[in-house]
Amino acid sequence: MEKTACIIDVARLNFYYGKFQALKNISLQLESKKITAFIGPSGCGKSTFLRTLNRMNDLIAGARVEGKVLIDGRDIYAQDMDVVELRRRVGMVFQRPNPFPMSIFDNITYAPRMQGQHKGLDDLVERTLVRAALWDEVRDKLKSSALSLSGGQQQRLCIARALAADPGILLMDEPCSALDPVSTLRIEELMQDLKNEYTIIIVTHNMQQAARVSDYTGFFLSGELIEFGDSNKIFTKPDDKRTEDYITGRFG
Amino acid sequence: MRPRGIGEWLAYGLLYLSIVLVTLPVAAVLFILVSRGYSAISWEFLTAMPRMGMRAGGIFPAIMGTLLLVLGTVAIALPLGVMAAIYLSEYAGRGRLNRLIHLAIVNLAGVPSVVYGLFGLGAFVLFLKIGVSLLAGCLTLALMILPVIITASEEALQAVPQSFREASLALGATRWKTIWNVVLPSALPGILTGAILGVGRAAGETAPILFTAAAFFLPRLPKSIFDQVMALPYHLYIIATQVPNIPQNVQYGTALVLVALVLLVNASAIILRSYIRRRRSW
Repeated sequence: MEKTACIIDVARLNFYYGKFQALKNISLQLESKKITAFIGPSGCGKSTFLRTLNRMNDLIAGARVEGKVLIDGRDIYAQDMDVVELRRRVGMVFQRPNPFPMSIFDNITYAPRMQGQHKGLDDLVERTLVRAALWDEVRDKLKSSALSLSGGQQQRLCIARALAADPGILLMDEPCSALDPVSTLRIEELMQDLKNEYTIIIVTHNMQQAARVSDYTGFFLSGELIEFGDSNKIFTKPDDKRTEDYITGRFG
Repeated sequence: MRPRGIGEWLAYGLLYLSIVLVTLPVAAVLFILVSRGYSAISWEFLTAMPRMGMRAGGIFPAIMGTLLLVLGTVAIALPLGVMAAIYLSEYAGRGRLNRLIHLAIVNLAGVPSVVYGLFGLGAFVLFLKIGVSLLAGCLTLALMILPVIITASEEALQAVPQSFREASLALGATRWKTIWNVVLPSALPGILTGAILGVGRAAGETAPILFTAAAFFLPRLPKSIFDQVMALPYHLYIIATQVPNIPQNVQYGTALVLVALVLLVNASAIILRSYIRRRRSW
């Protein structure tokens, strides 16, 4: 399953919650089929930034965007952009596992069914669950409730559910913060595996995690992108003093 | 848990007493209805037309009338109320208009039922020229229970976790598909609770149907929705106060049937609700 190259190009992005400016003049380019991590203290804007990429911030009253976000060369904030279409292209996994109170099968097939696909769902479910490294654990209970799974399984189910929509880009908003270390490790392994097919962007408060999994890392502070570049460089010899202070644990 | 100390005993005693005072009248009403009314209950009483100026025969048309009124009322009020609740909860902002609408709904819930009856007479029976009929009665009752259904449905919708909505939208579902596939099913038990409360009220009220639907005496079933109907609450009022020489056990028996009918409708809705709850959480 070859994906077309997904390149995200953000130019002079400002974001406001009412009068509060949550993102200040963000410009960066994200490479296709890499894992990019965003780190920073609470309230630095990293999650807000993530949510500008699939326009989840549209749901917040009083939110306002300036600047450009191009995905595959298309301005996703342009008038003629179909948000529904965008969100199919850009999947998202949330901080807390949020499976629907339906069966495992119905969770996975949710997005395809929304798109009007009703055939070949059995195959799709198997393929997707195998892809999300969950198949062996749930193959015998596809009809039972997704809520009966453990937290780590639920999160992998949510990843599978996002993959079933056939996105090119996967946004992950602190996907392991509610999970135990073993489940966290499994998700990280899964991310490495998915990287061959998907462009993954992860927000995390866990610097070790960012260092472990990502190819590129961006450091946010007070709504500004302080530093962005190769993860090895950011975590070994960052250019900016503030980045160094943060990753060495002097604040945050 | 055994209470300790005089203050604890006092508090415990008062709270216990209040429960006794609350449940005693309910038990007493049921006891009196059953003990004095059961002798009137028979297959004929439940299934036959009234005869001899309501002094003999059965109350079948009144039972059917009340059932039809309740059914029609719910058929009108439930979809309308749920749609209004969806708008208020999912689409309308949190602005001044929304607050104003809420205030209006709360006030509607406090309007005495006789006012609804007179409004129904003026608006449906006379102005829209529907006439005194099943339809006019259902519309009037629907108006009366709308606030209950809207309020309960809105609360049920707001109780659905925001994370469900986000998950669905992030998967590329439209707003309406999100509501239809994720939000509404999760809110259904709560919405049914509202419907149950509404049904109980619609089945028992006399004033709203007094001028809009109820027939004094009609020993047959309504032929269409534009026909008048007998209804249990109004029938009870008539045989208790307007017609002399009605055997006492018939009066109590009619009241017993009315109470049993309301309980039956409520119970079936509660069973339906718990079935849906179970099916959703397995």
